[in-house]
Amino acid sequence: MGSYIPGTEREQKEMLAETGFDSMEELFRHIPEEVKINGELKIPSGMTELEVREKMRRIAGRNRVFSVCFRGAGAYRHFIPSVVKSVISKENFLTAYTPYQAEISQGILQSIFEYQTMICELTGMDASNASVYDGASAVAESIAMCCERKRKKALVSGAVNPYILETVKTYCSGSGTELVIIPEKDGVTDRKALEDMIDEMTACVCVQHPNYYGNMEEAGTIGEIAHGVGAKYIMSVNPISLGVVKTPGEYGADIAVGDGQPLGLSLAFGGPYLGFMACVSKMTRKLPGRIVGQTVDKNGKTGYVLTLQAREQHIRREKASSNVCSNQALCALAAGVYLSAVGSGGLKNIAVQCMSKAHYMAKLLEEAGCTIENKGSFFHEFVTVSDMPAEKILADLEAEGILGGYPLDEYRVLWCCTEMNRKEDMDRAAHIVRRCGKC
Amino acid sequence: MLVFERGREGRGLSLIPACDVELVMPEKSDKRKRALHLPELSESELCRHYTDLAKECYGVNDGFYPLGSCTMKYNPKINEDMAALPEFTEIHPLQPEHTVQGCLEVMKTAEEYLCEITGMKRMTFQPAAGAHGEFTGLLLIKAYHDSRGDKKRTKIIIPDSAHGTNPASAVMAGYSVVSIPSGEDGCVDLEKLREAAGDDVAGLMLTNPNTVGLFDKNILEITKIIHECGGQCYYDGANLNAVMGMVRPGDMGFDVIHLNLHKTFSTPHGGGGPGSGPVGCKEHLAEFLPSILVERGEKLSFVKPRNSIGEIKSFYGNFLIVVRALTYLMTLGREGVPQVSGNAVLNANYMMHKLKDCYTIAYDGVCMHEFVMSLSDLKKKSGVSAMDIAKGLLDNGIHPPTMYFPLIVDEALMVEPTETESKETLDEVIAVFKKLYKTAERDAGELHAAPVHTPVTRLDEVGAARHPVLKYEFSK
Amino acid sequence: MELREELLYSKSHEWVKEEGDEAIIGLTDYAQSELGDLVFVNLPEEGDEISMGESFADVESVKAVSDVYAPLSGTVCGVNEELLDAPEKINEAPYEAWFVRVKDITEKEELLSAGEYQAFVESGNE
Repeated sequence: MGSYIPGTEREQKEMLAETGFDSMEELFRHIPEEVKINGELKIPSGMTELEVREKMRRIAGRNRVFSVCFRGAGAYRHFIPSVVKSVISKENFLTAYTPYQAEISQGILQSIFEYQTMICELTGMDASNASVYDGASAVAESIAMCCERKRKKALVSGAVNPYILETVKTYCSGSGTELVIIPEKDGVTDRKALEDMIDEMTACVCVQHPNYYGNMEEAGTIGEIAHGVGAKYIMSVNPISLGVVKTPGEYGADIAVGDGQPLGLSLAFGGPYLGFMACVSKMTRKLPGRIVGQTVDKNGKTGYVLTLQAREQHIRREKASSNVCSNQALCALAAGVYLSAVGSGGLKNIAVQCMSKAHYMAKLLEEAGCTIENKGSFFHEFVTVSDMPAEKILADLEAEGILGGYPLDEYRVLWCCTEMNRKEDMDRAAHIVRRCGKC
Repeated sequence: MLVFERGREGRGLSLIPACDVELVMPEKSDKRKRALHLPELSESELCRHYTDLAKECYGVNDGFYPLGSCTMKYNPKINEDMAALPEFTEIHPLQPEHTVQGCLEVMKTAEEYLCEITGMKRMTFQPAAGAHGEFTGLLLIKAYHDSRGDKKRTKIIIPDSAHGTNPASAVMAGYSVVSIPSGEDGCVDLEKLREAAGDDVAGLMLTNPNTVGLFDKNILEITKIIHECGGQCYYDGANLNAVMGMVRPGDMGFDVIHLNLHKTFSTPHGGGGPGSGPVGCKEHLAEFLPSILVERGEKLSFVKPRNSIGEIKSFYGNFLIVVRALTYLMTLGREGVPQVSGNAVLNANYMMHKLKDCYTIAYDGVCMHEFVMSLSDLKKKSGVSAMDIAKGLLDNGIHPPTMYFPLIVDEALMVEPTETESKETLDEVIAVFKKLYKTAERDAGELHAAPVHTPVTRLDEVGAARHPVLKYEFSK
Repeated sequence: MELREELLYSKSHEWVKEEGDEAIIGLTDYAQSELGDLVFVNLPEEGDEISMGESFADVESVKAVSDVYAPLSGTVCGVNEELLDAPEKINEAPYEAWFVRVKDITEKEELLSAGEYQAFVESGNE
């Protein structure tokens, strides 16, 4: 067993003696006896590195890695360049604390400044924070940015990812924000319903674009409706899509948020991922969490610092609009490295491939006997419905080493394609689905 | 140089083959028109850029890192290896249950070990950080009172020595904050607590040992006062490194806790995150936990708690951080856990003892894993502030302690050496601290000017905040 | 510490200038020098009610935030939005850098004259 304690027993004794203690127990003598643990903890004995490694490998071996994956629904398998892992494994980045001591943290601060710039470039917004936990909590935090004394109602599309919706519900129940869900119609936000629901009390309107079903929303029009009553417009977006799809800025959004996982982060059974948040300049001071700014040192040399800190909990305490403290800095670094590695052309190529492959796969599944639910344009996800039970289709695919789409209900499946899905794998998967329909 | 200023148009990496199906683009009305500026670099330039940046960072292997309340202990390498296993990294969170038994085993085992260490019944790993855990824990308290039809409880009691996240989380959960002053010994003032306790109190948030590094010996009385008024007790696990294996929050009378896996359980801070803030609770709160719980049976399976507060983020938390923490716990085992806290407390007391003839210790006595010094006497005498000493430490290759916290101590420096530092490191650092004190008495100007041996000197924070420049502006 | 004879002062370090039925409120020179370099100010909106003894604005320095208290109750009828872009004006010229103009004043605390305020500050705010 190990505990990473350098001190030997002899050194311990020396230190105890110098400090005026007889024993280790004496260090804890002021703790009342009645709360102390009686005996040993009921967990196994410690192990050597070799033993731990073997044990963890055995546990990991009980998972199944699928070489072909058509599942998205909020977590996406993309190609991750080797350079990403190489950079985020550097221990100066990996093991550093939050860069409050700017003079010895310029590397991290600059990487965040670069990340903020890239997020603004992607989204067409003016200011970005240094990240929050994930896409769902980013949406919840963005709603809090919009609430004012006179506007405490949030309208959120029913066509957003269910995790986003559930997270927003939880946050709103805490803060007392009235949450109203805009119904969906034909797989998109029901614009007529929105027009009926919105009023002067509305703080914000929030949609996901492309939405949970992969559909493109009437994103520009919805923004106009929101602004018509003086409400803010929040768009939750997939960062890969921004290689080809209009930016939230172009659609008129006030706040753009999303999950940065597709930008170089592995699926990792759901985390750690990356919540990005960006907004128009007027709302900068409402952004939660850390923000890095450029400045100069005493000698006029350019440098970076955590700035606008008086917004944050460690200064504003109960008057802070968010409690966020730790963020996902290393994941933001990964996203920065990823975007630097793929470049503008690369990101566009990846986005086009996602979209193209999804459409190819949709066509194959249609030929295999499924109906495509998406009425209009979709990005890299789409929904099939068929009279074959989803469970059966997915089990057949699984038997062949393929993780099929995500079952939405008994007969509907949400599929996803990325640049990782080769034509031959799509052909093979569609063949299995067709075979499944025949038996 | 910024990454945008490196490279040349047309450079890049060869990453992805050409598309093997017919190309499809968004319709014109949804097509991006805005130019997209991303770096265009060769792989070698890219690596050199980030290596340059890494040189201007300070990690736990660069030297002593005594940030109070942050527990900057050594981050074991095997943890990283285990978190990088493809059987963990390549798993989609929505895979069928029978294909993710390994992940469930990680979550279940980590829950069992951590519940045993903390004296809790169940634990969720969904919260991504400590503050996220606080928010979650408070919602559990709220759901508990609501479930009993007890709607009059609108207040959370928080000592004035608490972390800023505590009051901020309470407000996010819809509570108002009652701040109670600490007693002269830095601990909870029982009289003040009794005055504040009443049938409008939903609960108390407390760190024990507290933020001045002392174990509140009245802890059983404190939790009793809260329980007697019908409230719940929340334990902020920021300082668990001082007592794990010795005392359990559950036995102190706490009903709900959060842990910081990135502090106590050796997972790296990553320059600010990702962390992990699991929330544990006693039986009576378990039905309200968010997300899913893992149950053992013939197979491991997901179960939604009966009256769950819902989700607080997507999926099940920062899973790879949990893998690291579990690896650490397997290494430590039941013998290693108390050794960690024992040595953390020993190192802190040793440092405090050696420094107290020079620096003013804010609260004298036996400290736990950290202690607080007040430099207000030095400042009056020499004009040298806690900030100046901190900057002087930078010039000596040492990361400063936490500055100006807790708020109840003037000119505070809060020192937490952790158990992974050796005696010789502590001795070297003690010598530097003493040297700086002498410098302050002799030549305040030298410390006002510090640091000078760092990549940049003190930065203009006022200018940065008055006229924020938050991104690079591309020409054209 | 600079003082203006024509102004009135509160014990929470705001200055008040009475103009007919209205009043203008700002932060005193003493307050700004204690707070240090200010980097931002949060102001109420026109039409907001402010209440005597309660915070109606706050000012931020790099590492702190401080409330600004209303020495009187009334309705905000003017806001110095210039301060939003140039909070340094509060440090540079505190008696020009007014925060709000207030009308319909319903109550007012006992304010100090310049001399009384000076004595108050010199006695250690007691």
